Amino acid sequence: MKKEWPVWEVFIRSRSGLDHRHAGSVHAADAKMALENARDVYTRRQEGVSIWVVPSASITASDPEEGGELFEPAKDKVYRHPTFYDLPDELTHM
Amino acid sequence: MNKSLYDYLILLGDSPLILGHRLSELCGHGPNLETDIALSNIALDLFGQVRNWYQYAAEVHGEGKTEDDIAFLRYEHEYRNVVLTEQPNKDFAWVIARQFYFDAWHFSLLSQLTESRDERISAIAAKSIKEVTYHRRFSSEWVKRLGDGTEESHIRMQNAIAHFAMYKGELFEETNVEKEMFASGTGADFKVLKTQFDSFTNEVLNDAGLEIPQIDWTQRGGKQGVHSEHLGYILTDLQYMQRAYPGMQW
Repeated sequence: MKKEWPVWEVFIRSRSGLDHRHAGSVHAADAKMALENARDVYTRRQEGVSIWVVPSASITASDPEEGGELFEPAKDKVYRHPTFYDLPDELTHM
Repeated sequence: MNKSLYDYLILLGDSPLILGHRLSELCGHGPNLETDIALSNIALDLFGQVRNWYQYAAEVHGEGKTEDDIAFLRYEHEYRNVVLTEQPNKDFAWVIARQFYFDAWHFSLLSQLTESRDERISAIAAKSIKEVTYHRRFSSEWVKRLGDGTEESHIRMQNAIAHFAMYKGELFEETNVEKEMFASGTGADFKVLKTQFDSFTNEVLNDAGLEIPQIDWTQRGGKQGVHSEHLGYILTDLQYMQRAYPGMQW
């Protein structure tokens, strides 16, 4: 009998001020181990300054089959993009 | 050449070199991807520290000696690692128990060396202590998890902790050069080393629900160059490239 540890999703913040971004997943028996495994697997090359781990089972995902009704309606509404504004040069993370 | 300082640096570098080699053997063979990478990371941390010790040793030695000569071109009896570090990887509990004893000792040694009167030694120790703080956390967490885990993991962890207890005495046997280095403010105080080691390992073993092995003898010899049979096999692997292709680089 082979029991796998639960899967955790890993989010890494690469620098202060930026958002945590999904980096991948790890197996771990609990949250503490998940953090350590994420550190060992995903931050070996100075990728981050902060880690979040979330049990994959806690994530509720949208159904790909419902893609049409969820996402298609936004396609022809180009006026929702803020492309009509002039952005100041100092604003780098839009 | 300052022979005492050279010998001392070799003592500092050889144990992490040989343990790092043992850990590197697990690359691709860890119990799972995450632990495999974690153990390889530790091996690489140790090799980085070893390079610092050997580079300094090579400078102290002079005559064109390099870190590679020291790592790859000595004979078995010239290595000064403690025999604990050359013991083989049997199962994961063994790997963790060996690492746990080593890290507890290594952490205390390096924290003392951050105060060394030799500035180069204190700088290397200050750089290494962050890595070793994580190593010690990793191995002691695993001792607790396995000790306090399933019936099977508890038995295996207890056996491994009991087995490696016979190697820990050597960690606290002070050679003449270590006495000399302590006296001059360069080296570590072995009484403090032993006290810190005992208090840390006892606390973790208690938390893990493991029995603290009572043992009044120790395997020894590594620090004098008298090794268990395992070191010869390690060096055969470790030195192969430099022996077969002298001076090779990549």
